Amino acid sequence: MVEYEDVVSTISDLLFKAETELGEDVVEVIRNAYEREDNEVARRNLEAILRNIDSAGKLKVPMCQDTGIPVVFVEIGRELCLDFDFKQAIIDGVIKATKEIPLRPNAVHPLTRKNPGTNVGLHVPQINIDFAEGDKLKLTVMPKGAGSENVSALRMMLPSQIDAIPKFAVEVVRNAMGKPCPPVFLGIGVGSTFDGAAKLAKKALLRDVRKMDEYERKIVNMANELGIGPMGLGGKTTVLGAYVELGFCHTASLPVAVNIQCWANRRATAVLG
Amino acid sequence: MAEYYLKTPLEKDEILKLKAGDTAYITGEIFTARDEAHLRAVEYMEEGKTLPFEFNYGVVYHCGPLMKKENGWKAVSAGPTTSARMNRITPKILEKVEVMGIIGKGGMSDEVVEALKGKGAYFAYTGGAGALAAQSIKKVKAVYWEDLGMPEAVWVFEVEDFGPLIVGIDAHGNSLYSEIEKKIEENFRRLLQKF
Repeated sequence: MVEYEDVVSTISDLLFKAETELGEDVVEVIRNAYEREDNEVARRNLEAILRNIDSAGKLKVPMCQDTGIPVVFVEIGRELCLDFDFKQAIIDGVIKATKEIPLRPNAVHPLTRKNPGTNVGLHVPQINIDFAEGDKLKLTVMPKGAGSENVSALRMMLPSQIDAIPKFAVEVVRNAMGKPCPPVFLGIGVGSTFDGAAKLAKKALLRDVRKMDEYERKIVNMANELGIGPMGLGGKTTVLGAYVELGFCHTASLPVAVNIQCWANRRATAVLG
Repeated sequence: MAEYYLKTPLEKDEILKLKAGDTAYITGEIFTARDEAHLRAVEYMEEGKTLPFEFNYGVVYHCGPLMKKENGWKAVSAGPTTSARMNRITPKILEKVEVMGIIGKGGMSDEVVEALKGKGAYFAYTGGAGALAAQSIKKVKAVYWEDLGMPEAVWVFEVEDFGPLIVGIDAHGNSLYSEIEKKIEENFRRLLQKF
């Protein structure tokens, strides 16, 4: 049995966890990159990142002042009964976290730029719902920073351009340069629709970052040949991982979305019920 | 690559000594400003109004901090934001000052490199290192333009050995970013041939 209050407190607790500590998979790949890197400026930046992760965990404060825009992924077990205003519970969880952790109020009206100070508003938090077997409720939060979101890109490619997908991903990284706080992770959505490809790209960023197939590794290796390096100051550590999610698409189209995520790949998951 | 410990208000000699690639730490007073505060500051300058903070001999920090109020304000997490967003407006401010330091991330445009010549330097702080940065902030001395919202307001911080900062652009027209960009362009062209 899952109740309104459980959802509110879980969302708030998950945001606290995501903001203050990175998953062990993420820390492991950053540490490995630091050990491999031989550019001095790059090493200094990676060292500062590792020290920062350590400080945030010990002091229990958000590792980055851009505490992001709240993105929530929900998986509802089909036997589960949610007999309350589920959406409002998620919203209230974000409001609670913003006040108590605290989080920086980032959500503003797109045109007036007015900031209500709560991190909620029209379509924020962004909630993605999926269904699963069983009677559990799986909640995942991903507070997403703007630096990396701003340089993400989507292209409606042609079905004849399948071979050009890695090239597009590398181009996105090249255009982003130092702006998304490299080293970065790439979530790549291939297929689906215009909007669906972007959703797949974001979902790809939820994966264990240590696990990549050959195709994904190839994209990482090519992007690292650019030499952008940590913070755009040079070095061989630009992309820490690339993750591709596929979706069926119209026979006439090939949407491809590349969602960039900074080194602070903040995510946290809990299962209720 | 040398290491420098700078104090505010900045001294011109000290700024002229810095070379792109050096490491620096700053002690004294710095203030945050991002898009909205830059726009308003230039508006004030154009209207001849006095700013509540001082760019001249000062250090502007491209940062939208996460602040907490408990017995006064405290900086919780305060890393740098992307400086490129301030590219267009920064030369307008630089032409009004004699000496100035900028802390941010990601580097700035050729116009800014030009405008910094003989008077200023750009310091790169590790992006996302907000918890680490907050530890060097000893005191929040003031906040101006709070109506712009927490990230866009101007926060005046007293900092101690704020860094490590990497001199990304020096006062002699050298930019680590443009040197690296040239290499990245070459690498990119080579990669394109592989595709």
